[in-house]
Amino acid sequence: MTITDIKPQTKKKSTVRASDPKNPNLTPEQLEEFGNELDALRQEVLGKLGKEDADYIRMIVKRQQQFEIAGRALFYLPPAWPLAVAALSVSKILENMEIGHNVMHGQYDWMGDPKLNSRIYDWDTMAPGENWKYGHNYIHHTYTNILGKDRDIGYGILRMDEDQKWRPYYLGNPLYAVLLMLLFEEGVAVHDLEVDRIMAGERTWEETKKVGKPILKKVGKQTFKDYLLFPALTGPFFVSTLVGNAVANVVRNIWTFNIIFCGHFPAGVATFTEEECENESRGHWYYRQLLGSANITGGKLFHIMSGNLSHQIEHHLFPDIPARRYPELSVEVKALCEKYGIEYNTGGLTHQLWTVAKKIVRLSFPNSKRKPEQAPSVNLDDAVAA
Amino acid sequence: MSITTKLLGSKAVAAMTAPHGVDRYLEMFNPMWAATEVRARVVSIHRENPDAAGSAPVATLTLQPTSTWRGHRAGQYVQVGVEMPGSARRMTRCFSISSAASLPGERFTLTVRANDEGQVSKFLVNEARPGQMLHLSQADGDFTIHESAATPTNNHLLMISGGSGITPVMSQIRTLLRDGYDGRANRKVTFLHYARSAEDQIFAEELAAIAAADNHIDVHLRYGDQTFSEFELRRLVPDYKNTDTWACGPGGLIELVSAAYGDDNARLRVEFFKPPAFSTGAAGGDVSFTRSGESAENTGATLLEQAEALGLKPEFGCRMGICFSCVKTKTDGTVRNVLTGEQSSLPDEEVRICVSAPVGDCSVDL
Repeated sequence: MTITDIKPQTKKKSTVRASDPKNPNLTPEQLEEFGNELDALRQEVLGKLGKEDADYIRMIVKRQQQFEIAGRALFYLPPAWPLAVAALSVSKILENMEIGHNVMHGQYDWMGDPKLNSRIYDWDTMAPGENWKYGHNYIHHTYTNILGKDRDIGYGILRMDEDQKWRPYYLGNPLYAVLLMLLFEEGVAVHDLEVDRIMAGERTWEETKKVGKPILKKVGKQTFKDYLLFPALTGPFFVSTLVGNAVANVVRNIWTFNIIFCGHFPAGVATFTEEECENESRGHWYYRQLLGSANITGGKLFHIMSGNLSHQIEHHLFPDIPARRYPELSVEVKALCEKYGIEYNTGGLTHQLWTVAKKIVRLSFPNSKRKPEQAPSVNLDDAVAA
Repeated sequence: MSITTKLLGSKAVAAMTAPHGVDRYLEMFNPMWAATEVRARVVSIHRENPDAAGSAPVATLTLQPTSTWRGHRAGQYVQVGVEMPGSARRMTRCFSISSAASLPGERFTLTVRANDEGQVSKFLVNEARPGQMLHLSQADGDFTIHESAATPTNNHLLMISGGSGITPVMSQIRTLLRDGYDGRANRKVTFLHYARSAEDQIFAEELAAIAAADNHIDVHLRYGDQTFSEFELRRLVPDYKNTDTWACGPGGLIELVSAAYGDDNARLRVEFFKPPAFSTGAAGGDVSFTRSGESAENTGATLLEQAEALGLKPEFGCRMGICFSCVKTKTDGTVRNVLTGEQSSLPDEEVRICVSAPVGDCSVDL
């Protein structure tokens, strides 16, 4: 095989169906075996959870608190304004990603510490924990990448899959993406309102009220804290503190948006139809999580700052296992992927982001006329791969 | 409550420190600083029955609580949370306070028997060292005396205890002797206690001193085969049914005492240790959902499925153990995690009912 033969293989299609021939068509028996192997892996890690994990999350919380104190305090020192913003941004990123997201997944519930319990913890962002846990832990993690069920495909705002019917509205796809990035906190907060469904009249007023009330309360709380209380506490520096807090929130928004969009939208990530997932086995659920997620490569600090969501694949396979275990799990997950011929989607941050950006732009236009899957050419590709 | 504590516990400060509680910041500087939580440092540990062979060791731990401790009334208990070494899991158990009633922030003692199955009690007796930090609740419980020791009365008080059940009674006796006049209780007190053996008797010296002194307290200690009987109770306190009574001990003793009082039990207050849950195997036994009052024979299916089969509609999400929407408190019994096969018998444990199947009898707060 020559280099030129490989080329078409490495070029990933931006939208991939689960039925795409590039994905191995595992038999039910193979899926069961695959599921059992992942279950065994899960057991192995669960058995290892202990002091190391507890010490780790407490250390992260402590560091985050130190950044928080430093950030809030440095606003009293106007020349240190950039430092204050930087420290507060780091604090907010750590809190949202490695602490909030992971704790609210129940990753540390086994510790029995009420301060790190998924039912009690509510993170430092406008989205109320209760709503988010339903939309994220339940809907998104259970129905990952099933078209029509997973509301995280485009978040009801963007067109992120060819099978979302094109409308002229989607010409603004890139613009909406930039706006969502800058206002990601607000976007996540209203995500569970399912505004698109309210517009379509699919949601009753009662439902909306039930979801909306906690959002109003939490948004009020966050606004009071960052845009009134802390600025007021710095007295004469009210305005500079207020602006600083806003900048820190936006920095956090941009960072989390980029990490999260690399989780399910890079080229090569597969989506599924509802029919494909009817009466799904545990093995197929694992298989879907694997094909439906993508990782980002990077150093240790990068992984921490991304809440280890740079290991989105491992997170989706084992959402309730402490995220610090994902790097070690990834070695074995990769080996399993090779064994079953399943693609393990990973790449550098810029590469993954680039493919996401291309997808956002391309899908702002209607699908091209060319039939995406023509049997003969696919078979040819397959033959090359084999 | 000092002005600082009040300020630190205020809503404005909570808004500043969110999403963490203010205590998360205070404990960064000193583990004994707290605004709302209660913690305690172990000051000393004293072995109560060093000579008892063949029975579980007992120790008294003196605790210095944080300033948030509101004190306790004699006879109350406290929840003690310990981060277990190694597993790092926090386990919480209730212990009666053995020292006399305490004021806010005052030291108090716990007297703990290291039962074989009790991981927390074993840790407190055998492994804890002075300096160890513990998580506490505020004191709670109604096993208390509602009259002041400082006011002498003709009211006769009767205390019956067995084994470790002596701790809340000891707190009451100590409070009466401390707060009454001239080291006397200033009311007639009959104290009847059952222990396995004289060597195993905790507080033996203090009890002997109390028995010998002229303090209005009669102490009757019974060992081994001298178990509780209505006949003896009638002999010691003929009018026991019309006497304010506090009884604390193992389930068996409390059953006998309750039977002796029958329906005339208006003045009897009891407290007993939970008998350990009995496991029979996968299916079999009874599953009860205590909040709704439903119960049925255990089919071996998951708690969620069994609840639904009874027409209950508990909250759930993924039904596969990942989203934690269905977490409920299992109050009693053993469950098996259907994904891992792991069994767990801890009381008052949070379980995901979609992946937990009861093994034998099981109660869930649902």
